[in-house]
Amino acid sequence: MSEQQTFLLDNEEIPFNPGETIMQAAKAAGKYIPHLCWHPEFKPHGSCKLCTVKVNGRFGSSCTMQATAGITVENRTTELDDKRRTLLQMLFIEGNHFCPSCEKSGNCLLQATAYDLGMMSPHFDHFYPDRPVDASHPDVLLDFNRCILCSLCVQASELADKKFVFNMGGRGMRGRKIIINSESGKLGDTNFSVDDRAASICPVGVILKKRVGFAVPYGERKYDKAPASVVEVAK
Amino acid sequence: MPFELETARNPEKLKRVAIEPVSRVEGHGKVTILLDDDNHVEQVRLHIVEFRGFEKFIEGRPYWEVPVMVQRLCGICPVSHHLAASKALDQIVGATLTPTAEKIRRLMHYGQILQSHALHFFHLSSPDLLFGFGSDVATRNIVGVIAAAPEVAKKGVLLRKYGQEVIRMTSGKRVHGTGSVPGGVNKSLSAEERAALQKEIYTMVSWSREAVQIIKGLFEKNLAEYNSFGRFTAHSMGLVRADGAMDLYHGGLRARRSDGSTLFDHFDYSRYWDVITEDVKSWSYMKFPFFNAMKNSDDGWYRVGPLTRVTQCDFIPTPLADKERQEFMAFDKGSATGATLGYHWARMIEMLHAAEAIKDLLHDDDIVGKELMATGQRQERGVGVIEAPRGTLIHHYRVDENDQVTRANLIVSTTHNNQAMNEAIRVVAKQYLDGKELTEGLLNHIEVAIRCFDPCLSCATHALGQMPLEVELVDADGTALDRMTRNMHGVCDRPTLD
Repeated sequence: MSEQQTFLLDNEEIPFNPGETIMQAAKAAGKYIPHLCWHPEFKPHGSCKLCTVKVNGRFGSSCTMQATAGITVENRTTELDDKRRTLLQMLFIEGNHFCPSCEKSGNCLLQATAYDLGMMSPHFDHFYPDRPVDASHPDVLLDFNRCILCSLCVQASELADKKFVFNMGGRGMRGRKIIINSESGKLGDTNFSVDDRAASICPVGVILKKRVGFAVPYGERKYDKAPASVVEVAK
Repeated sequence: MPFELETARNPEKLKRVAIEPVSRVEGHGKVTILLDDDNHVEQVRLHIVEFRGFEKFIEGRPYWEVPVMVQRLCGICPVSHHLAASKALDQIVGATLTPTAEKIRRLMHYGQILQSHALHFFHLSSPDLLFGFGSDVATRNIVGVIAAAPEVAKKGVLLRKYGQEVIRMTSGKRVHGTGSVPGGVNKSLSAEERAALQKEIYTMVSWSREAVQIIKGLFEKNLAEYNSFGRFTAHSMGLVRADGAMDLYHGGLRARRSDGSTLFDHFDYSRYWDVITEDVKSWSYMKFPFFNAMKNSDDGWYRVGPLTRVTQCDFIPTPLADKERQEFMAFDKGSATGATLGYHWARMIEMLHAAEAIKDLLHDDDIVGKELMATGQRQERGVGVIEAPRGTLIHHYRVDENDQVTRANLIVSTTHNNQAMNEAIRVVAKQYLDGKELTEGLLNHIEVAIRCFDPCLSCATHALGQMPLEVELVDADGTALDRMTRNMHGVCDRPTLD
């Protein structure tokens, strides 16, 4: 039996199996690397860049970089967390993320990560994009104002549900968006179901089960019980 | 026919004095006064200078988001908006509330009445009432009250704190909780929460009784001034229970003409537009509602709030508050029931009622029940009305088949009182300012009249005392004749004119 391979993450030895990414190995070892677009059930997308670490002194996405024996990885350093806060601020101002009236509040990974990293203000001027709400489906509402383009819904619908309901479309900072695979572009004209995996994969408040709203009181929401750094390692 | 002192005949020839912003009220507004060369008052207006726009930007939002979103109108009385919206959306989802849901909402509402009334009386108005309307501005504030009457101030602070705790335990947070949802509530009280509130409630009832005695004593001591200050007659409106009792959470609309006769009674508020229309005026962002029966806002304006509720109901369904109501009604042959400062007395009677109602609810086992939600036949339209701390609050929504709000109309308590507040400050301007050289103390009389209504001018956040103030006397040519300023620290100055 060959010896367990390891790498250093913030000066701690982390074991890994061949083929695992830095993110997968860190999670298995109970170490939190902040992330938004990564989900253990799906292949890495590498778009949010929040999981950026320094590998032997060079920046890289921990969700896509394979772990290698003997590498030195910096994760929760002041420098990296500063950059993560800036990335979060850009995500917040790029969409319309109004936590006070958002039903995803308390269950939202974007909000929980911002709390965890100590983001105190949006810092940048808001874009205030004008994005429509798609309420055409009888059981599910889409509020694109909160989309962070993680593509998890695209993957879930394609790989888990085999329905291809969502896709990425458009170009540029203001043009890139999730599109719906129907002639009308409306969710109500697809075969999407509230029981689909894609219906519960959204880390923010875009894909919402209708008529639930604020049914869960304060104190019982996902991130009321533990911060993102604990919940995301445990799941 | 325009109101006396609403619009001067030749405003361009008059001196203009502005009180901006009005302090120790919720939100932001200003008062302008036009004076002739002999300082006689020719025009007085209360302007609301903010535009909110909630009715427009909730269009397109899913209906279940509304009770949480619209409560952001206000930082002081969000529970009222939270509950009025929830009541309207109960109709949209066709729900009849479970006993637990209704009682938890009532508990939340009485907590709100208690904390809001305590805040207004002790923090915002007691400096005027305890020290005098024209007293030294340096001490005419809550800090001055703490120094002069620490026990009174302490009880005020703790009464408010208790109300906030009731709100926290029923809605999840002291301010802007999520407890009330369309069709019910998302939590009831735990046994521990109930016990914690029960432990303090008898003290709160006792302190509320003392508060009523404070304002009653002030009326007895200053009878002539308190009865005449800003006094005017008006029509009135408020909710009453089916048996005529005061009910701040639910009931039918009762309106009385200024002569005391009944205009309508137990009117089903789900068609409020059959009895109320909203007028607009070019100089204010606030609408001017009036009774349809009087055809226009000049004749059909009315007042709402504690004074209306206490005088209109047949009785208050808690014994201590009802005893105080009877004394209030009988005091000096009923003179206080028409006094603008009578709002303070009525407000403290309501605070006592709220404390008693909380006590009763805390001994009702339904508040720890688990049946929280109900559903029914979906409707397109819902109207929710509640008696908020400042008066009747109306929320009206239409929701389409996709669950999105297509139309919203909100008539907040202070809007109903818009013309009444303008009337009060015009009377006070005539009584105290006419022909006099302006001083800070005299101008405060205008603010005292406004504070009687406890207005939430933007229904947004509250501005506590010591707001910067600049008053300038300008002649017909626009030349500044006199100027007084008050900075953020409450220091007044009369700078030399250039």
